[in-house]
Amino acid sequence: MKVIELKKLSKIYNPNTIPVRAINDVNLSVEEGEFTAIVGPSGCGKTTLLNMIGGLDASSKGSVEVGNISIHDMSESELTAFRLKHIGFVFQAYNLIPVLTAKENIEFIMVLQNIDAKTIQERSEDLLNRMGIKDQKNRRPSELSGGQQQRVAVARALASRPKFVLADEPTANLDSGSTEALLDIMAKLNKEEKVTFIFSTHDQRVIDRAKRIIKLVDGEIVSDEYI
Amino acid sequence: MILFIKLAWRNVWRSKKRTWITASSIAFSVFFACLMQSSQLGSYDNMINNSARFFTGHVGIHQIDFWENQIVDNSFNQKELTQVNFSNSSILMGVPRLNSFALASHGQKTKGAALFGVSLEAEDAFSYLSKKLIRGDYNKTGGALIAEGLAANLDLTVGDTLVLMGQGYHGVNAAGKYPVKGILRFPIPNLNQGAIYLPLNILQEFLSAPNMISSYSILLEDSQDTKDMKAHMESVLKGKELGVMTWQEMLPELVSSIELDYFGGWVVLIILYIVIGLGIFGTFLMMIKERTYELGILNAIGMTKQRVQIMVAIEIFLLIFLGVLMGLLIATPIVLYFWSNPILLSGDAALAMEKFGYEPIIPFALNLKIFYNQGISIFLIALLLAIYPMLAIKKLKIIKALKE
Repeated sequence: MKVIELKKLSKIYNPNTIPVRAINDVNLSVEEGEFTAIVGPSGCGKTTLLNMIGGLDASSKGSVEVGNISIHDMSESELTAFRLKHIGFVFQAYNLIPVLTAKENIEFIMVLQNIDAKTIQERSEDLLNRMGIKDQKNRRPSELSGGQQQRVAVARALASRPKFVLADEPTANLDSGSTEALLDIMAKLNKEEKVTFIFSTHDQRVIDRAKRIIKLVDGEIVSDEYI
Repeated sequence: MILFIKLAWRNVWRSKKRTWITASSIAFSVFFACLMQSSQLGSYDNMINNSARFFTGHVGIHQIDFWENQIVDNSFNQKELTQVNFSNSSILMGVPRLNSFALASHGQKTKGAALFGVSLEAEDAFSYLSKKLIRGDYNKTGGALIAEGLAANLDLTVGDTLVLMGQGYHGVNAAGKYPVKGILRFPIPNLNQGAIYLPLNILQEFLSAPNMISSYSILLEDSQDTKDMKAHMESVLKGKELGVMTWQEMLPELVSSIELDYFGGWVVLIILYIVIGLGIFGTFLMMIKERTYELGILNAIGMTKQRVQIMVAIEIFLLIFLGVLMGLLIATPIVLYFWSNPILLSGDAALAMEKFGYEPIIPFALNLKIFYNQGISIFLIALLLAIYPMLAIKKLKIIKALKE
C-alpha cells in the first residue's frame, strides 16, 4: 500500500528574481513498511524534499499525496491537523519540549489528539519500554544524553501511530553507540510493526541499514535502489 | 488543558530572573498605583467629610435664597421641618444649624468671627465637635466654645468672658456676653481662626431669631449618593419655600480641586503604566524572539497555531497574575496601616497645607475598588500588549522558524 506519492514535485526559490530549483520534477512513491534513506551531498535538497512530504513547506509545482490524500490544497490548520494525525517527525536537534519530562513529551502529541487519559498512559509506558528509556521517564531533556533524547523524539513521533515517520538527519548529533542503539530500535519497529521510516541522511551507518536508498543531486533523483 | 497549564507554568519559570524582574516591575506599578490612589481618594474623602461635617452636610436644606445671600434674614423656622418625614436608609443623621457673623471682643481686642448655633449633643454626633475640645468642658451648659486661633488672637481662655456684637434678625442690634467654656482645635485653618460655637437657642436669642435656623445639614452613608437624595428631599419638601443643595453644589471649588487633582493623578498613573507597559512588552518580545524555533517545532509536530496562542496566552496570564498578586499582597497591608494611621505632616509641609486651607494630614482610603481597578488596568494593558505575540504566532512560518 502506497503511503506517499510525489508527482512532478518541484520547489523553486525566488521564482521572480533569480530562480533556484531546490527540487526539480521529482516523482517518487513510498510503500508501507519501507525503511528508506534519502541521501546526497549538503544542499542537494534532502531537507526541502522531506519538508514538502511532511507538509511543512509548500511545493512550487507538482503534488504530494499521503495515503491517497493530496495535501497540496490543504489550509494551514488542516495541514497541522493532518501532520498531527498521520506524520511523525524526528529532527536532527531532537527538539523535545524542554520543560516537559520524557514521558510528558511522548504524551503531548496524544493530548493534542484528544486521546483519552488511559490510552495515553498505556501507550506512553509501552513506548518508553520499547525505547529502553523507562528509567528516564521523569527526566527532562536537559537531564538526558543525546541518544536518550533522540529515542524520546522517536517515541513522540510514534505516539500518534502515524502513517510514516520523517527523520531529518536523526543521527547527526549522536555518537556511534547511540546511533547504533537508535537504528536498532527503528529497524525493529520497522520489521515488527511495519512502521515506515524515511530518513534524510549522509551518515553511512544509516545508509547501511536502509532497505531503499534514494540519491538526490541538485534537487533531482539520480538513483533509487532497493537493497 | 491541564498539560497546557503545566506547560505554560513551567515555561514562565524557564527564565527565572526575567520572570522575577517582570513580575516585580508589575508588582511595583500595582503597589505604587494602589498607594497613590488610596492617598488621593483618602484625601478627597477627608476634605469632603470635613466640609460636610463642619459646614454643609452632604445635603443641606435652606431657605430658598439663603445660599445666594447668606444672612440671618434668610433663615427659616425649624418647625417647618418637624412634620417632614425624611425616612431614607441612606441618611445617617441631620442637624439644625444657625450661622451668622459678629464682632468678637475681649479686652482691647476685637476680631470678626463666624457664629455657629448648634444643638451640642446632635452636633457632637454629626461633626465630633467634642473631640476638637482641647481645653474646658464641652457639656457645661451655656457659654461659648471658641476656636483656638481666635482665642489666641483675643487673648481668651476658658472662664473668660467673650463679648459679641452684630446684627440680628431683620436688622435688630445683637449684643451679648458669654463665658468661654471651651477651646476647640480644628483641622481646617479657616475654622480654627474664626469659629465660635454657641448652643442653638442661645444664638437664636442673641440674633433675636427664635426657632430660626439657616440650614438643616444631612449626612449620608455615601457622600456620592447626593443626586438621588436631593430628588428625594425635594419631593418631600414640595410646597415649602425651602431649597435642597448637595455638597457638590455648595462647594464647587472643592469639586474642581478634586477633579483637577484626580486628573493629575491619572496623568502620573498613565506615565507609570506606559513605562511598565514597555517593560512588559520587552518581555513579550523576548518570549517570542527566543522561542521562535521552538514554537515552529510545536506547530510542525501538530500543535495548531491557535493552541500555541492559547499556551502563550496562559503564560502571559500567569506572569501578569503573579505580578499583580505580588503588588496587591504588598500594597494591602501598607494601605491598611496608613488607613488606620494617616500620615501627620509637620513643619513646612504642614504649614504649606494649612496655607491652602487643607488639614495637614495624608489620609488613605480603604476601598476594594482601588485594588481591583489597578489589577484590571494592568491586565488590560497586558491584554493589549499580548496582541503582538498572538500576531507573531499567527504569522509564524514553520520553515523560517526552523531556520532561526
